[in-house]
Amino acid sequence: MNIIMVGCGKVGYSLVEQLSKEDHNITVIDEDAEEIRNITNNLDALGIVGNAVSFTTLQEADVAHADLLIAVTGSDEQNLLCCLIAKRSGHCKTIARVRNPLYVSEIEFLKKGFDLGMIINPEFEAANEIARIFQFPSAVKVDTFARGHVDMLHIKLTQDSPLNGLRIMDIRSTLHTSILICSVTRDGHTRIPNGGFVLQEGDEIGFTARRKETTAFLRKIGLSKNRIDNAIIAGGSKIAFYLARLLMLSGINTTIIEQKRERCEQLAELLPDVAVIHGDATDQNLLLQENVSTTAGFAALTGLDEENILLSLYVKGINPAAKVITKINRITFSDVINQMNLDTIINPQVITADFISRFVRSMDNTDSEVENLYKLADGQAEALEFVIKEDSNATNTPLAELSLKDNLLICCIYRNGQIIFPTGQDCLKVGDSVVVVLSGFRISDIKGILKD
Amino acid sequence: MNYRVVSYVIGLVLQVEGAFLLLPLIVSLIYKEHIWQHYLIPALICFALGWLLSRKRPQHETLYPRDGFITVALSWLILSAAGAIPFVLTGDIPNYVDALFETVSGFTTTGSSILTDVEALTRSGLFWRSFTHWVGGMGVVVFIMALLPMLGASTMNLMKAESPGPSVERLVPHVRDTASLLYKIYIGMTLLEIACLLLSGMSVFESLTLTFGTVGTGGFGVLNSSIGSYSDLQQYIIAVFMILSGVNYSFYFLIISKKFKDALSLQEVHWYLVIIALSVLAITINISAITPNLPTAFKEALFQVGSIITTTGYSTADFGKWPPFSQTILVILMFIGACAGSTGGGIKVSRIMILGKTIRKELATIVHPRVVKKIRMDGHTIAHETTRSTNVYIAIYSIILFMSVLLISVDEFDFTTNFTAVVATLNNIGPGLNTVGPACNFAHFSYFSKIVLMFDMLAGRLELFPMLVLFAPSCWTRPVKLSFRVKHILRKK
Repeated sequence: MNIIMVGCGKVGYSLVEQLSKEDHNITVIDEDAEEIRNITNNLDALGIVGNAVSFTTLQEADVAHADLLIAVTGSDEQNLLCCLIAKRSGHCKTIARVRNPLYVSEIEFLKKGFDLGMIINPEFEAANEIARIFQFPSAVKVDTFARGHVDMLHIKLTQDSPLNGLRIMDIRSTLHTSILICSVTRDGHTRIPNGGFVLQEGDEIGFTARRKETTAFLRKIGLSKNRIDNAIIAGGSKIAFYLARLLMLSGINTTIIEQKRERCEQLAELLPDVAVIHGDATDQNLLLQENVSTTAGFAALTGLDEENILLSLYVKGINPAAKVITKINRITFSDVINQMNLDTIINPQVITADFISRFVRSMDNTDSEVENLYKLADGQAEALEFVIKEDSNATNTPLAELSLKDNLLICCIYRNGQIIFPTGQDCLKVGDSVVVVLSGFRISDIKGILKD
Repeated sequence: MNYRVVSYVIGLVLQVEGAFLLLPLIVSLIYKEHIWQHYLIPALICFALGWLLSRKRPQHETLYPRDGFITVALSWLILSAAGAIPFVLTGDIPNYVDALFETVSGFTTTGSSILTDVEALTRSGLFWRSFTHWVGGMGVVVFIMALLPMLGASTMNLMKAESPGPSVERLVPHVRDTASLLYKIYIGMTLLEIACLLLSGMSVFESLTLTFGTVGTGGFGVLNSSIGSYSDLQQYIIAVFMILSGVNYSFYFLIISKKFKDALSLQEVHWYLVIIALSVLAITINISAITPNLPTAFKEALFQVGSIITTTGYSTADFGKWPPFSQTILVILMFIGACAGSTGGGIKVSRIMILGKTIRKELATIVHPRVVKKIRMDGHTIAHETTRSTNVYIAIYSIILFMSVLLISVDEFDFTTNFTAVVATLNNIGPGLNTVGPACNFAHFSYFSKIVLMFDMLAGRLELFPMLVLFAPSCWTRPVKLSFRVKHILRKK
């Protein structure tokens, strides 16, 4: 597919990185020649220096033959205008990043008015993600598949977890649950385990199960934290605003600590039910005053990564039971960050890039059966959602009799409104929605699950 | 330095060379020369060594600029070293240093020869000699990039190191597609010329070998008289294709993608054609006195100018006997060279343009000391880095030029011979003047001078930096594995 990417900031960069690996032809437009040089030197993309609102620049990028234009510059209006012009001068789909909270309630109108394929608001998506994690406080991360019907929870095995030293095939008989472990991350390396894999302390496992069984399972392994009822948010950024609103809607008492007086006034006006505190979130006394030692949830959302990390480590230290979320903008040094005792790390750029690449995947549908693509564990593993359109070697044969590739797992089947967590006796049928977890390679249709 | 990737790419280069060596093998079978085993053995050695080096795909696949430069430089050294073996085995050129000189001259598309009697060579030897031009013209590493899905975006650093021009840019988003596009144009041009020459009544063997020499802008002929004894029509065909091969390949890319307006407004191509036209005009007038008639003068001028500016090095007339004015024009053309992004050598027209514009800018700053001025080409401003690297390029170019002249002057030939020998090799042309003129060859130089000239040829083809980087010790150090270090420190705590 021919993709034009407008703006190569952090989101633009990670998107180009992802999409060029998926063999798309990418042309990047940015006004900053230095950024363009950086991106064309490191990634497989053609660079054009110029303002993408200008029709001449878009023509230079061959907009007439583009399939998709993604506008992720710093300015909402520029993004929208550029999408509009591209739409008029070619027949590409368009994606615009719009982050001004002012436009949030008008997103549907904008989407229709500008005929956009998708509008993405990174802060809103990040807030959504955080809110979802607060629903399952014991999970490090929650992914949802099959239009929200299936959850994949990622949990970290603590020192006293009953799963330590257990083989995966023995879990079912020992704990009498039918969860399916899809991925294990150990020492920063993610793999798709087979039945003989032995779990150990410190592993991060991703598993799927029915909702009811998920709760039961978490209880059995001693991770049944209750749903949180109060949360503190450090920093009054846009994410904080969206998050506070979402949390209030689900009845969680929320406190925001913000340093700037003006912003506090603004927040207080927009969020009448939220306790807005004017003060420095890095002030230890203030934090203690606001009961950080007993809070159930804590989100460090200030503008500085270092500050967020320090705050999270501090809260985790005095209040180990709390669910702590750390926002980090720059993904560099992820090795170091992963070694620290942080619960959950949120990166708005990665979330945005994931969202958009999922859209691109679904656009690609004509030549590939992949409906959706989810990145797991820093992109080391992926969950692909297929809709089976025709019979093949892979269908109508019990899974136990198929010779599946290594590092690949069929995670669940969504058939006629029902979720099936497959065992060896189940088989795939036409019309099924199948979620496949894999790592280290990529497949483009369901036949790809079989060994060559 | 990332040794793994470097050796991986070199392994691939060797395997590709092994495959190429099968072509002269076929030729020797066709002409029943009974020397096919002399091609098979080096081919097998290349395959085996190449397989050993590239059998494991490197885990860490990023190629940094220095890795790219070193890979390309080493690839060309190894390519030449292995490519010289068949000449020694078949007895065409029994001495290895001479064989190496001939091969380096072939791969770098120079066309300087140490052979006194070309016609005495075996057919397969002649074929391999010309085929090295074709391989070297667009570059063997670019060939591998077009062929194999390799190592991601950082291979751009390989392309930058191997392709000529002040700023190598991709034509299409994927590096691999860019590489294969370049080769498609290249192959298209090759087939077209072969067809033209066949239609003009040339034999298949000569059509092939001469075409390899033309589109690669090399210059090895198969007759002692180079191109001089072919018909007028054939001479014109070769002249036109030489000039076409010296055009920036993005011109052809724009034509293919139907952007005729953009193609026709490429400034570098304008300058290139203007320089050719003016030189042909001047030389035609200048030599009309010593040629039988004006059409002959024009034909000889066009052929020689086309041959020299594209750095091919074919000849139809002994320009060593031309008046000094014409000779001087040719020597200047040797320096200018072809367009960037073509298969030709030399300093490149676009560098000359950038230099000219820089000079004009400097003059403007003397008149208006506070003037802010940008250097523009094809409607785009040229990045400061490009002008800077152009200036540095010219500086290094001059240093290598004069050092080489100094080194080979030990052989005690006259100044014109020494100077034009270095100019002809550093710019990948082939013949120089006096005793290295079109009717003579490089056989009389000492081994030492031949090695210096070989270095010049490689430096000229790879545009100086890759060969120089080989001598920078800091390039050979291993990169620090960051994640490992950090883990180590954390564990200590």
